[in-house]
Amino acid sequence: MFKKLKRAALGASVPHEKATAAMQTVKMPVPGKVVLPMQQHIGEPCTPVVKKGDTVLVGTLVGKANGAVSANIYSGVSGTVSAIETVRASSGAMVPAVVITPDGNQTVDSAVKAPVVTDKASFLAAVQDCGLVGLGGAGFPTAVKLNVPSGVDTVVINAAECEPYLAADTREMLENGDSILAGIRAVMKYLAIKNCVVGIENNKPECIETMTRLLKAEAGVTVKTLPSRYPQGAEKVLIEKTTGREVPQGGLPSDVGVVVLNVTTVSVIGKFLATGMPLTTKRVTVAGDAVQNPQNVEVIIGTPANEVLAFCGLKQDVPVAKLISGGPMMGVALPDFEHPVVKQTNGLLALSAKAAAKPDMGPCIRCGRCIDACPLGLAPVQIAGAFNKKDVEALNKLCVDLCMMCGTCSYVCPAKRPVTQVMSLAKNFAKKEAQK
Amino acid sequence: MENRLVVTASPHIVDNSSTRKLMGNVVLALLPCVIASALIFGARALLVIGVTTAACVGFEYLYTRLMKKPNPVGDLSAVITGIILALNLPVSIPLWIAIVGAFISIVIAKQLFGGIGFNFVNPALVGRIVLFTGFAPRMTTWTYPAKSQEVLTSIDAVASATPLQAVDANGTSLLSQYPLMDLFLGVHGGVLGETCALAILIGFVWLLVTRTISAAIPVTYLATVAVISALVGEPVLAQLLSGGLLFGAVFMATDYVTSPFTLKGKIVFGLGLGIITCGIRFWGNMAEGVSYAILFMNLLVPYINDLTRQKPLGAKKKGASKA
Ligand code: SF4
Ligand code: SF4
Repeated sequence: MFKKLKRAALGASVPHEKATAAMQTVKMPVPGKVVLPMQQHIGEPCTPVVKKGDTVLVGTLVGKANGAVSANIYSGVSGTVSAIETVRASSGAMVPAVVITPDGNQTVDSAVKAPVVTDKASFLAAVQDCGLVGLGGAGFPTAVKLNVPSGVDTVVINAAECEPYLAADTREMLENGDSILAGIRAVMKYLAIKNCVVGIENNKPECIETMTRLLKAEAGVTVKTLPSRYPQGAEKVLIEKTTGREVPQGGLPSDVGVVVLNVTTVSVIGKFLATGMPLTTKRVTVAGDAVQNPQNVEVIIGTPANEVLAFCGLKQDVPVAKLISGGPMMGVALPDFEHPVVKQTNGLLALSAKAAAKPDMGPCIRCGRCIDACPLGLAPVQIAGAFNKKDVEALNKLCVDLCMMCGTCSYVCPAKRPVTQVMSLAKNFAKKEAQK
Repeated sequence: MENRLVVTASPHIVDNSSTRKLMGNVVLALLPCVIASALIFGARALLVIGVTTAACVGFEYLYTRLMKKPNPVGDLSAVITGIILALNLPVSIPLWIAIVGAFISIVIAKQLFGGIGFNFVNPALVGRIVLFTGFAPRMTTWTYPAKSQEVLTSIDAVASATPLQAVDANGTSLLSQYPLMDLFLGVHGGVLGETCALAILIGFVWLLVTRTISAAIPVTYLATVAVISALVGEPVLAQLLSGGLLFGAVFMATDYVTSPFTLKGKIVFGLGLGIITCGIRFWGNMAEGVSYAILFMNLLVPYINDLTRQKPLGAKKKGASKA
């Protein structure tokens, strides 16, 4: 009750649509071509270290990390570099991309061998060599994230998978529990972190059961069941729900002694330590009403979306009107079918015109639903009002900088206003004004 | 695969709520009151409600047409204003006065301020207050169900009156002697919609189960009135059941546009309403204080909203932030 008074933070009861959650992951064969944009993470783009005509193998480094925040990019196929092109990365920036024509042999590079890890430094070096980034969708280089200050005492494993449709993390938990366990052990050991909480939404009872069984003997590790109200997996929300700690405005999780890792990310750490095979494949949930056989596909990173869709089959009579990379709440609508699957891609949703249609918007009726729903307790309707008046002071008072574009406010608005879009405009506006 | 893809900002899905559905739920919630008013006051009640509602919708349509604004009639909010306004009128009201009320509500209180979402006082309430002030005798020419005449006679009330106004020869209030069951069922004098507590409560339950409104405002409002009544020795149940309190608390104080956003704000709003209503009822020179209480608190909503904002997750302190 008192908590409610402080902040309703209801979130939204989005539909689950996780039809593929019970399906075993299917491995997609080697595609006709592989396109590797040199930016598949937050931070500096990589520099290509191969040139046209070079031969590459599975696990060969093709893009070298640049600067403090970046992550290596490796080839997932053996074949020949056919071009270095310029493409638009998911960040919107134009970056070089290495295009590889696979030879189909999938010969593994001899450089791929399990790393020798003895302490924090060698552990972080291994994670950097893995080319790992946050696989939940954010794509922040994991080695940078794991370089935590000494006060961090808890690692939170994000297994909420709160976006509708997506089941990639769900399958990871059901299929690769051992690597998840190995990854958690390594992180706790080398970073000297005592506690670990795995947060899972209650709409995934098999995952909760599997993880509880797997982790019950581990000292300091607990599984926390979360309500299935979007967005439990948003970093700050997850930290508050699992540890009760509030990340301060403008601060980082490490300020409250927490580091958050996506469950698939931590699993890849486990796998890499055992095999030395860098991140070159990704499980992608392919779904949407235009898809013939929705399923979870293990895709070689760099595979163009159209090849993945062709593998799953598109319905003859249902043309694709919208193609989303990621989930329907925060995913990005792709402008074309050529876009390759990158490290952060966890879903490809092909929607028909009917599913993609949005109802007409009306005037705001000031019902306050956006305020009740905002998981961070912001006041979207008031932020929109302040933005209309271009009132920077009011925007700052309303903490517009906290907004994480989770989409909840737009989702619940009965007047069907693009509230989240307005938040994004307001946030950018306030940021620009602050820089003046 | 041709390349004709729609690119829009996320989220790519929305829930199935709509303004029309919310407003439709309010209309449904008002139906028990409409039916009760016809049963208690006769078929003319339906005529008054029909004419007032049609006038509200008509004025909304004409005004927006004239101003070349999008036609908002489909959102049903003018229908609600019409029904609520009508339920605030006595059954004997001349129809032309009802139409004047509709004009005041829709054109002056709502559309001149920019239409739905921009009016800062409840349109139907403005209509009611203006009519009560401007046409006082006609607005308070109560028609009494036969049953209530007997009751008034039996408790020795001097003149025909609503239960709140019933006084004996010495001017002492007789409210405490009024049979509670009659108050609950609404068989007594008053405006069309406010007399039957049963019908209002059915509507209230509907609004709650459909999650159209939160219970916070009506509950705090009524609780505040109950507590103050008990403290000053007024009959608590009779106070709650009489006058426009219940109707106002459920249907007029909960209007989205003119009530605060947050739970905290709603509680403050309800408290304020209760205090003002009791102030007017017990110490003012009017028997009824609900409309003025709501009007006054409507005006405070922007301030309440600013003072009762939620504390965002991780915010340094409420309302403060570094740029
Ligand atoms: S949910 Fe939509 S209609 Fe309601 S207050 Fe927010 S923006 Fe306005
Ligand atoms: S998009 Fe921003 S304002 Fe809207 S619900 Fe999410 S965090 Fe709140």
